[in-house]
Amino acid sequence: MYDIDKYNEVHTLDEAKIYLKENPDAVIIAGGTDILIRLHKGKLSSAHLMGINRIEELKIIRKDESGDIHIGPLSTYTMLEESTVVPENIPCLSEAASFIGGPQIRNTATIGGNICNGAASADTAPVLMCLNVHLKIESAAGQRVIPISDFYIGPGKVVLKPGEILSDILIKEDDYKNYKGTFRKFAQREAMDISTLNCAVFVNVENNRFSDIRIAFGVAAPTPVRCSGAEKAALGLEVNRDNISFIGKAVLDDIKPRNSWRGSKAFRMQLAEVLTIRNLCRLTGLEE
Amino acid sequence: MEFKTVGKGEKRKDAVAKVTGKAKYTADLDMRGMLYGKIFRSTIAHGRVVSLDISEAEAMEGVVKVITPEDVKGYIFPTSGHPFSMDPSQRDIADRPLLTDRVRLYGDEIAAVIAEDELTASKAVKKIKAEYEQLPFYLDPEEAIKDGAVEIHEGVKNNIVGHNKIVFGYIDLDEAFNKSDYVFEEVFETPPVQHCQMENQITYAYIDGNEKIVVVTSTQIPHIVRRILANRFNLPYGKVRVIKPFVGGGFGNKQDLCLEPLTVFMTMAVGGRPVMLNLTREECIAYTRTRHGMRHYIKTGVRSDGRILARQLRSYGTSGAYASHGHSIVGKQGSNFSRTYSAELSSSFEGFTVYTNMSTAGAMRAYGIPQVTFAVESHHDNIAEALSMDPVAFREMNLIKEGSVDPLGHVSLKSYGLKECIKKGKKYIQWDKKRELYKNQTGYKRRGIGMACFSYATGVWPHLLEISGARIVVDQDGSVQLQVGATEIGQGSDTIFCQIAAEAIGVPYEMVDIEPFTDTDLSPFDTGAYASRQSYVSGHAVKKAALEVRGKILKRAGKALNTDVSDLDIVDGNIVKVSDSSVLVPVGDITLSSYYDKETAAPIVSDVSNRINNNPLSFGVTVAEIEVDIKTGKIEILDICNIHDSGKILNIVTAEGQVHGGMSMSLGLALSEVMLYDPETGKHLNNNFLDYKIPTIMDTPELKADFVEIYEETAPYGNKALGEPPTVAPAPAIRNAVLNATGIRVNFLPMNPQNLFNAFKEAGLI
Repeated sequence: MYDIDKYNEVHTLDEAKIYLKENPDAVIIAGGTDILIRLHKGKLSSAHLMGINRIEELKIIRKDESGDIHIGPLSTYTMLEESTVVPENIPCLSEAASFIGGPQIRNTATIGGNICNGAASADTAPVLMCLNVHLKIESAAGQRVIPISDFYIGPGKVVLKPGEILSDILIKEDDYKNYKGTFRKFAQREAMDISTLNCAVFVNVENNRFSDIRIAFGVAAPTPVRCSGAEKAALGLEVNRDNISFIGKAVLDDIKPRNSWRGSKAFRMQLAEVLTIRNLCRLTGLEE
Repeated sequence: MEFKTVGKGEKRKDAVAKVTGKAKYTADLDMRGMLYGKIFRSTIAHGRVVSLDISEAEAMEGVVKVITPEDVKGYIFPTSGHPFSMDPSQRDIADRPLLTDRVRLYGDEIAAVIAEDELTASKAVKKIKAEYEQLPFYLDPEEAIKDGAVEIHEGVKNNIVGHNKIVFGYIDLDEAFNKSDYVFEEVFETPPVQHCQMENQITYAYIDGNEKIVVVTSTQIPHIVRRILANRFNLPYGKVRVIKPFVGGGFGNKQDLCLEPLTVFMTMAVGGRPVMLNLTREECIAYTRTRHGMRHYIKTGVRSDGRILARQLRSYGTSGAYASHGHSIVGKQGSNFSRTYSAELSSSFEGFTVYTNMSTAGAMRAYGIPQVTFAVESHHDNIAEALSMDPVAFREMNLIKEGSVDPLGHVSLKSYGLKECIKKGKKYIQWDKKRELYKNQTGYKRRGIGMACFSYATGVWPHLLEISGARIVVDQDGSVQLQVGATEIGQGSDTIFCQIAAEAIGVPYEMVDIEPFTDTDLSPFDTGAYASRQSYVSGHAVKKAALEVRGKILKRAGKALNTDVSDLDIVDGNIVKVSDSSVLVPVGDITLSSYYDKETAAPIVSDVSNRINNNPLSFGVTVAEIEVDIKTGKIEILDICNIHDSGKILNIVTAEGQVHGGMSMSLGLALSEVMLYDPETGKHLNNNFLDYKIPTIMDTPELKADFVEIYEETAPYGNKALGEPPTVAPAPAIRNAVLNATGIRVNFLPMNPQNLFNAFKEAGLI
């Protein structure tokens, strides 16, 4: 009982771009785990949908000659968990994917959809932020590549313009090769739940010092955020338990969680500190 | 006692139908020409509709009819599914209009659209416009009960729906408190929660060729639905037929008429065409029924050795916008208060259910007792801690005594296995060792164990009638066709009844079949699936019907085999000679002649009804071991076990299933479930499964079940309540384990991470 006026499927990226140009009212639907809920809630009505699930070229996950990894936006979470490229090179992204929804959701929901719906709670977003992912956006008029940090502009809002479609998620070799990363989701339930807060941390440790550190959160601000202040403050610090506690406190200046009936600001601040510390302890092998 | 099938883990009679998808639920029985209804709901919590514009909706293509409060004036219903009371003062409260322009909750039902398809109906609902005059609204019973609060139902003083006061004892209550060495006073709070049965509420109705109104509905109480509909629509009972197909769970949510009256009105409004009303999950959570949210003021006077001298409980429950079961829930709580523990001198219970502008509360598995038990069992652990006593020793000292009679004179205790349950629970969880081990913890992850006890009545007698009916037809080959009025809603009663019939007659379980649908035109009379009554009350009727056909078979066999009936028995489907244990003939030989013998044919049937004036208590404990993360407020259940005295267990597999389901429901109440309302608007905030946190399988530890089987002599086969009891004690047991782990008294539910974070912060733990 969905209020759908029109549904058409495209089979190639080029077809999609032309269809979007000719039908500016069309809404892209991939796995549908978000769009169908919006339809069910009446947030989307008399919908004109363009189905993209049959575009095979957008389902490929590969590592190119230069060592960069390309994730097709139509890759499902199950593919992120089970493809060889992602678990071998960025196990943390597979891990984040494994926390989403339940098995049925992960079989159909796509990483591109997770990015494009702009949810602050998206469970892959903090990992992608830490990876400095670049997003390739195409339309009939041309294409552009932008860093993910420029992609989110507000709660549920992204920079996609009418006619545009996400065509590639690019992770440069330099952004994953020398890093150890980890992800934690805190939700009330162990499955089928929305994060109260989620956190990804990537570190590069040389001579027992943090030679680079990247920290990102979901649900800690209107959009997924990187903690640039804390990252700067942590740079070069010796890896020890006191410094981890220091970093755990430092992230609190970079985030702006809100009070809502789903969770208080104070609780989210507490979680931000705890998840940062736990992630850093896990990465460095130190005791919490 | 040795049994052939009773007690065994027989395969459910509906197992294959359900696993293969052949089981037909209401939605599967869609009819040609079906119309679909949708309800237009209020967007304020309390007030009046001053104007209603349905013109745009009416003009839409595909819309057949729009019904407004004007059209349904005068149709006011009681909705709770109780047996009719011959005493007018005990009857259910009729306060529910079919549609209303007097709004009592956010989402109240103002108008209804009937359309050719569901999508058109819901689009039309969006085109209806209402203007309102708003009144102050109440989301707390203690606000709504205050003098000066607006009457949510005009004429109901202080918004009190139900009130029950029970005082008894050897001396005056105040004097008993004065004699006590210590007096403890605390407040406990349990939130409204929802049943979340798998199948949402759904009904359709049409008028058939005999001018009979046929109502197909997912209900626990088909015969009661018929009575209420016939009464309020002024129809002869014979002109209302209620059919209950397979039902995907109820837990009390469907012991209420939420949809049937409006659906009947709808079909009458469109000349008898079939009309279906099929609620969404969002509607089902917010606008059907909930468990009563309650606040309990509890006061206990104890002697220095730990013996309770005086007990007092005063509770305020939210009934929500309509009465439903609000008047009877306090009655059940009052009776229960003194059925686990006794006070040496004096005891008092006073309960109020109060109209508020929240979702209507109704029956929900264990009917008010999980709330009272949370208060009492948590309070007892707090007292034990204050007295530096072991909480189990404190409990044991104050339990009711073996052979005691309920102080209200209602129920005499025949089988009493609570002490044995406690013993088993202690042993299972290694009580003494772990209490010692978990003293003085300091890390951020702390462990604890806890216990909670309960008692629970099996049925509703003596407050209400207990009656049931059963009919048996023995086929030519000895196959047994069983018909009952009892309602299978997923709990497994049909399977139990087949076991009882097979056992009583002496045939194998596989020879007994039962019709899964209930049809008030065809099924014997039974008041339905509620309380924990079916195996006990309806089991009696089945046994009676079975013994009757057994007697008829034996009598016929005696003549046919020229043997004295007293020397004959039926064993494994054969007629057996008792004196030498010889197998004479299969039962089928006898029953074949009962159909076809030219001189003596008379098929073997029985049709009985059975009234029960008894109501045994079942008992049990939960023991739980938890680990709590102080920094995040997250609880992990490491181990949890329910031990039940439910008398003789009739089917070990389905019994364990009941226990697992009840425990799971209580885990939700303990850790995550709560209905949230916007304090600014009264709007329900979390009526979906993302935000209403029913536990997933990933949140559920291995659930253990154990039984203390003491034969209850008043029962068909020694059995007592088991349907509801499993959901009574887990929440307080977990809560007491948190106390053991952290020393923090959490006197509310749910203990979700946010709430525990707040509590730990307040206590200075973080």
